[in-house]
Amino acid sequence: MAHAIPTHYYLIVSALLLVIGTLGVLLRRNIVVILMSIELILNAVNINLAVFSRMYHHTDGQVFALFVMAVAVAEAAVALGILIALFRNRGTILADEMDLLKW
Amino acid sequence: MLDSAFFFFFSGLTLGGAVLMLTRRNPVLSAVWLIVSLLGVAGLFLLLGAEFLFAAQIILYVGGITLLFLFVIMLVNLESVMRVRQFRRSWPLVLVLGAALAAEFIILLERGQFKAVILYTIVSRQGVPMGPFGEAAGNAEQVADVLFTRYLAPFEVASVLLLAAIVGAVWMGQRRPEREETGEGEGER
Repeated sequence: MAHAIPTHYYLIVSALLLVIGTLGVLLRRNIVVILMSIELILNAVNINLAVFSRMYHHTDGQVFALFVMAVAVAEAAVALGILIALFRNRGTILADEMDLLKW
Repeated sequence: MLDSAFFFFFSGLTLGGAVLMLTRRNPVLSAVWLIVSLLGVAGLFLLLGAEFLFAAQIILYVGGITLLFLFVIMLVNLESVMRVRQFRRSWPLVLVLGAALAAEFIILLERGQFKAVILYTIVSRQGVPMGPFGEAAGNAEQVADVLFTRYLAPFEVASVLLLAAIVGAVWMGQRRPEREETGEGEGER
């Protein structure tokens, strides 16, 4: 059961997932899709943590990935609550139409 | 051989699902492709020997977060949002910058030190992360042992964070009638 895949392949997949998530945050106008892209970025981080946990034969990386998952859940819940409140007050879910603090 | 076939399948699932999530016009379809991408990440966890993360990924992300997204989409979905322009006006610049960033990552990782380190680990060991119990213990046992001893205080802090998030989400999501009656008079906008 030798592991045949070089680790930097995993790192490249994780980096590409990070770039796609960043592009989603920067490109899309719909706030729901922006929040989904943030989940993608956190998943890229989790892949990296699992890869290095395996590379150094150390379990701590997987524990850190669990903490990242907990923070992601908290972030998603709070952000979607904010989104619902914003939608109720402003009637839009487009990011560039929420310019109340813009000068 | 089978390992690399699985690896390319799961990473294709991850990246393809992410790209399709990004380009869909309907947010419901975006959520469905997000599920596909997260399942691909779960498969990568399984390939890496992190079975507990695999289970947590499917339970938390696919079962929890995406369901939350679907409920919120159902609550705030607007037909008008699907008919307007979906991307920002500066999308060519952002695409060029993203491509540059991706190329930079790939070049650095291809010529970086990780190849050497990796070859060493591939040749030397079976690749199972070592816990205090050694390789005889399962992955969940190793993770639990580290989590409940060395990282006990961060674990408790994470539970407090989750409690605060629950309270905050409920507080922000609820309807407050007294605000809506007097909201216009208090110079809210």
